[in-house]
Amino acid sequence: MTSIILLSVFGILNLFLGFLRSNKVLLPGAMLLLLAVFGANYADWNVAHEPYFNHMLVVDNYTVAFTGIVLLTTIVLLPFSRSYVTAGEPNLAEYYALLLFALVGAIMMIGYDHLLMLFVGIEILSISMYVLAGSSKRDSRSNEAALKYFLMGAFATGILLFGIALLYGATGTFALSQLGAAVAAPANASLQPMLYIGILMMIIGIGFKVSAAPFHFWTPDVYEGTPTFFTAFMSTVVKTAGFAAFLKLLAVALPAAQGFWMPTIQAMCALTLLLGNVGAAAQTSTKRMLAYSSVSHAGYLLIGLVASKGILKGEAASAIFFYSLAYSIATVAAFGVLKLVSDHRQDDSYNGLNGLGRTNPLLAFVMTVAMLSLAGIPLTGGFFGKFFLLAAAVGQGYIGLVVFAVIMSMVGLYYYLRPLIAMYLRPAEADATPVPVDGIQSATLVVLALLTILLGVAPGFLSGLL
Amino acid sequence: MLTAVLLFLPLAAALLLLLTKGATARALALGASIIEFGLAVYTAFAFKSSGAASFNLNYSWIPSAGINFHLGLDGLSLLLVLLTTFLVPLILLSAFKRDFENPSAFYALVLFMQTGLLGVFTSLDAFLFYFFWEVALIPIYFLAGAWGGERRVAITLKFFLYTVVGSLLMLAGFVYLYLQTGPAAGSLAQHSSELSAFYSLKLSAAEQSWLFWLIFAAFAVKMPIFPFHTWQPDTYTEAPAPATMLLSGIMLKMGIYGTMRWLLPVVPLGVSQWQKPVIILSIIGIIYGAIIAIRQRDVKRLIAYSSLSHVGLMAAGVFSLTQIGLQGAVVQMLAHGVNVVGMFFIADAIERRTGTRYIPDLGGLTRRTPVLTVCFLVMLLSTVALPLTGGFVGEFLLLAGVYQYNAWVGAVAGLTIIFSAVYLLRMFQRVMLGPDSSFSETITDLTGGELLILVPLIALVFWIGLFPNSFLHLSEPAVANILTLAGR
Repeated sequence: MTSIILLSVFGILNLFLGFLRSNKVLLPGAMLLLLAVFGANYADWNVAHEPYFNHMLVVDNYTVAFTGIVLLTTIVLLPFSRSYVTAGEPNLAEYYALLLFALVGAIMMIGYDHLLMLFVGIEILSISMYVLAGSSKRDSRSNEAALKYFLMGAFATGILLFGIALLYGATGTFALSQLGAAVAAPANASLQPMLYIGILMMIIGIGFKVSAAPFHFWTPDVYEGTPTFFTAFMSTVVKTAGFAAFLKLLAVALPAAQGFWMPTIQAMCALTLLLGNVGAAAQTSTKRMLAYSSVSHAGYLLIGLVASKGILKGEAASAIFFYSLAYSIATVAAFGVLKLVSDHRQDDSYNGLNGLGRTNPLLAFVMTVAMLSLAGIPLTGGFFGKFFLLAAAVGQGYIGLVVFAVIMSMVGLYYYLRPLIAMYLRPAEADATPVPVDGIQSATLVVLALLTILLGVAPGFLSGLL
Repeated sequence: MLTAVLLFLPLAAALLLLLTKGATARALALGASIIEFGLAVYTAFAFKSSGAASFNLNYSWIPSAGINFHLGLDGLSLLLVLLTTFLVPLILLSAFKRDFENPSAFYALVLFMQTGLLGVFTSLDAFLFYFFWEVALIPIYFLAGAWGGERRVAITLKFFLYTVVGSLLMLAGFVYLYLQTGPAAGSLAQHSSELSAFYSLKLSAAEQSWLFWLIFAAFAVKMPIFPFHTWQPDTYTEAPAPATMLLSGIMLKMGIYGTMRWLLPVVPLGVSQWQKPVIILSIIGIIYGAIIAIRQRDVKRLIAYSSLSHVGLMAAGVFSLTQIGLQGAVVQMLAHGVNVVGMFFIADAIERRTGTRYIPDLGGLTRRTPVLTVCFLVMLLSTVALPLTGGFVGEFLLLAGVYQYNAWVGAVAGLTIIFSAVYLLRMFQRVMLGPDSSFSETITDLTGGELLILVPLIALVFWIGLFPNSFLHLSEPAVANILTLAGR
């Protein structure tokens, strides 16, 4: 709760600080604040809190853990916003403020205990993101991305809201805990079709937000057009919060309807894995590849939902937590490097990375670690993320889905290797100069790479947390 | 403690290497690898030969999942550790001669790979084993890819995908086995991935039948066994010589070792079910590799196919499930490691002098190069398995093992000696003897530095050939232990 208050207050303050127009104040200020919020959030670990706002918001270990991921991701992402500042971006303070508001939305999505809170959280997050997607105002691709994201997003939110309404109609409540009981023992059997349509609509709405197939079609275009800095935010924070909300919905409100949603989620999972991986393999732009790769990672996380079998604690929930963390760190690292390189070389295709191993060994190394982690190669956090998820699914007997996921991760190897091939095996352009990186950015990248390796060699301290 | 130092010393050196340049980097890399070899020799003297693993190091790695960081050495592991630590300094020395970009990164990757290899040979926990198995792959991918020949991009990609797909299948097999285990004593987790837990599983023959292929896929690709070999000749040819030496001299042994430690005793019923098909595939590999080797005109490619042919015999020996066949495989792993590194080194020495590996362009090199000729001949004859050399002991025991399994199969496998004499001696004749070529007068003999690499290799060839028992007695209890477990 402290984190929501702090973030909201600072977001508003930030709007007033806009006149400073100085990154010297805004960036370190925002980072320090987020560190403070991270600390405040950590202080809530293993502390029992009364639910807030008449049971609309709960702060338990589940909330604290996932909030930790989104806060950490934002902290390590911020240093890459610097070029906006040096470019004399006039609305910098607004962007920082929107980013903080988006975080508030994400935390509400994680901690909700009431469907209205879920809706409000999703809306706060989404509206901020619509604006940020179009923040590069003079770039027509950014404008297109914002419009596309907004139209599709508004549509999906509408479906989600309709789903919530139908669920309410069938059960008479918005509160998650009461929903669980109401779904398990329906008062009026004739309302069952309404309940199922409601569930389906909610799955569609959230599936859109986490870009799960077949509701992923907007992802590549929006990710490509959005300025890389915000793309990184979209593919990490939005996804983590979305999955935390998704798991909570299925595990707290709808465990009794498992017979209905389980096949749906399984089908979505297989389809997401297939379309994400095959789509990524066909790309020639690193940014679009990362967009499709984020779709495929949604597929792996859906396996976690399947393996959870409607339980919020235990192996599957811990695996989703670990996977989200490893994925977020690696994705921020990948987008961070990509942003620095593509700003300098004006090229986000694979060719733009050519010879980076020679010109910028550090960037190339961090990108390598990130790609290996996303591909799930040992020595990186991504390996244990996949391992925990798939082991949880095998433990529940979903062998077929796991075999399919393993086959798809073999496809993944192919496209995650392509940046590495470009960086190390292809020569740079003759006139290529090193990409300029400032101290705080390289320090952040080193931290990200080390964190990924740490998760890959000593996963014990974060596995089995929930 | 000793095992931990042995494992992490190369890694520490590799990290330090990233900060150094030029002569310091060379001295550091070589120094670290020689100290490492010294440590391995010390370990060998401190080692008491028995069936069980000694120098155990066991920490809880992921407590919630019952996965341990468990290392240990038995005779089999020890011999492969010795081979690895013996070859790495020589491979590094051979790299010093070359002129390429960013050498300290190259040495760092070699040492990083050494950690992976040593981890594979000493892990006693399934996930740790898999972990190191992949850790060994990443550096060799970059070694072969970044410093390789013209077609390196496509070829290293193929190599990487082949091996990773193989090892993912192995991981799937391990996960299945892991979920069948019960909790280890004193552990909170429900399962255990300890090797001993895998050994005590009682699985049905039907389960073992498909588990066999899941696990064997990784080993078959790594060795490689026909028909999983298609990455091998290209990769060996395109990789820079030191990387080829690592691939053929040590990495190939991961497959044989894995089969002996993680396949035969883990799914014994599956092994006995698939024994015959695998031996037949191995024999096909022997003949196929040899026939293609006869037709090769590229020295490096010829040696690559020769290696394919020889590894087939090793696999057949292992799958004969006889004490003598497995012991033969152990000796042959050492002998083949030495031979193939020597052969690739000489091929590289000739290429560096003449600028070509194309056999028809070469000829009559021997007149100006007596020392090179002698070294080449010794390595070659050991590969052909002439008595007194290491290759002879290995192949003899292997053939004896295969013969015990089935006389006819043994007879066909025996063709390997005739075939290898044909293609290797023909190559020798056309490269070193034969009509003079444009290089006959200008080629220079081996330098002192190059002899520094070849002399230890030649010494070991004769040591294995004359006193094989100094190695065989180390691995005997370990091999007997594997066979007892495989006979369940």
